[in-house]
Amino acid sequence: MKHQLVIRDLTVAYARVPAIHHLDLVLSCGHRVALLGPNGAGKTSLFKALVGLVPLETGSVNFGGHGRTPAAAEIAYLPQRNAVDWDFPVTVRGLVEMGRYLKTGWWRAFATEDSSAVDEALRTIGLSDLAERQISALSAGQQQRAFIARSLAQKAHVFLLDEPFTGLDRPSQELLGATLHRLSDEGNLVIAAHHDLKTVPGLFDQVVFLNGELIAFGNTAEVFTEENISRTFETQVFSK
Amino acid sequence: MNWLLEPFRHEFMQRALFGCALIGFTNGVLSSFLVLRRLALMADAMAHSLLPGLAVALLLFGLAPSSLFFGALVAALLVALGVQIISGSSRIKEDTSLGLLFACSFSLGLVLLSFSPARVNVTHYLFGNILGLADSDLWIIYLISLIVLPILVLWQRPFLLFLFQPAIAATQGVWVKSLGYLLMGLLVLAMIASLQAVGVILALGMLIAPAATIYLCSDSFTAIFWGGGLIGMFGSCAGLFASYWLNLPSGPCIVLTLGLIFFLAYLFSPKYGVLLRLLRSHRHFHEESLARWQRP
Repeated sequence: MKHQLVIRDLTVAYARVPAIHHLDLVLSCGHRVALLGPNGAGKTSLFKALVGLVPLETGSVNFGGHGRTPAAAEIAYLPQRNAVDWDFPVTVRGLVEMGRYLKTGWWRAFATEDSSAVDEALRTIGLSDLAERQISALSAGQQQRAFIARSLAQKAHVFLLDEPFTGLDRPSQELLGATLHRLSDEGNLVIAAHHDLKTVPGLFDQVVFLNGELIAFGNTAEVFTEENISRTFETQVFSK
Repeated sequence: MNWLLEPFRHEFMQRALFGCALIGFTNGVLSSFLVLRRLALMADAMAHSLLPGLAVALLLFGLAPSSLFFGALVAALLVALGVQIISGSSRIKEDTSLGLLFACSFSLGLVLLSFSPARVNVTHYLFGNILGLADSDLWIIYLISLIVLPILVLWQRPFLLFLFQPAIAATQGVWVKSLGYLLMGLLVLAMIASLQAVGVILALGMLIAPAATIYLCSDSFTAIFWGGGLIGMFGSCAGLFASYWLNLPSGPCIVLTLGLIFFLAYLFSPKYGVLLRLLRSHRHFHEESLARWQRP
């Protein structure tokens, strides 16, 4: 049976003003899901709720039969590029190794299993040649993929990507798109906040329209319609 | 050879060297955390706000190392708490409340010191007296290094995740808040250890310069971690020797030596040195954008 990410009656609020309001959603592994909505629609809040970074006002999050825990290795959150200190003294390999810390704990030395998981993640993502580079010496697309490699080394099954395609040129976009395809083909669940509507059908097979509340969810072919787009981007659910 | 060995003949120099090596190493290791977490100014403000605690301890219990130690500790905790309370309960941000409390705290310290029966020299507070280390000073330094270093070494991984991306670290099971407080606690401890011996300015120099130097030379966290300690240790000792040979005040000499090492790295580091970047051939787009800019 495929794993499911089950979100029931989820409400997230900041100072009593809800960012997400009673959201019900069931997502299955093996899909690439676009999370669409205007600014302030609660996309980032949803990601943070899924990994336990913000408290839930109501409802629950459940993956593979158990609730959310702060140390859930299966769910990996990749923040927006501008939230990262790119001058930090870490190489691509060092970054990917961080993904193993959940497995090794805080003290145990790296075993062969850990090193090979790191090598495999780098190979899968096509960054083996750049493993010794400092992370600011990568292109924007390579940086995104380096963070995906870290989540792969972590053996995550759910990848939450916040605007991964922002600032990428065409070839990088295609490369990252191919990476996302591979992730979902291997049985992972990819959820990406996305704003470039033109590219949605080519990249994602499912769409979630979110604007504080769930507007629509389904296969891209069925729900990615003019009507849903205008309903999502033109309604104001909560007054600002 | 004689001139090289001569400093070692004096007991006060042996003590000073031991103190320099130990404080230099501990503060140097800690400095990598401050630089990467961008806490340098925070440390500066904290160090200066210890003065009223020292003054109160001096007035109440006299000039004993243990009383000064606890006075400084209480003052540091009060300021840290005050910063949290003011920034948490009003629209004033953390840096503002810290700057405000630091100025008030330092001034309060000076006012309190004016009541002291003995004449207290503020220069001593700023630069300490590394050549006059007593046994009790060395013991405090030694003990605090024994607390600070093992914690930093053992928890390198959670600290690394915390320094790199505090928000993401929480999703990987790092107790981010506790680590933040722990880091502040260790900082205060290290500062107090060095305060008695070497004074605020020197303590800060040792808490910032080593990692700032190695940060320009390496992309490896482990290298910065240990390298900061080594630079702090050898830089401090070199500064002490220089002050002996040149017959100059020791505290400022040590800070200037650490500063000089930083400046050399700033200019000549093979990785991120300024000179090497200038010497490297200009990239094409610079000229291109210049040409576009000069077009009428």
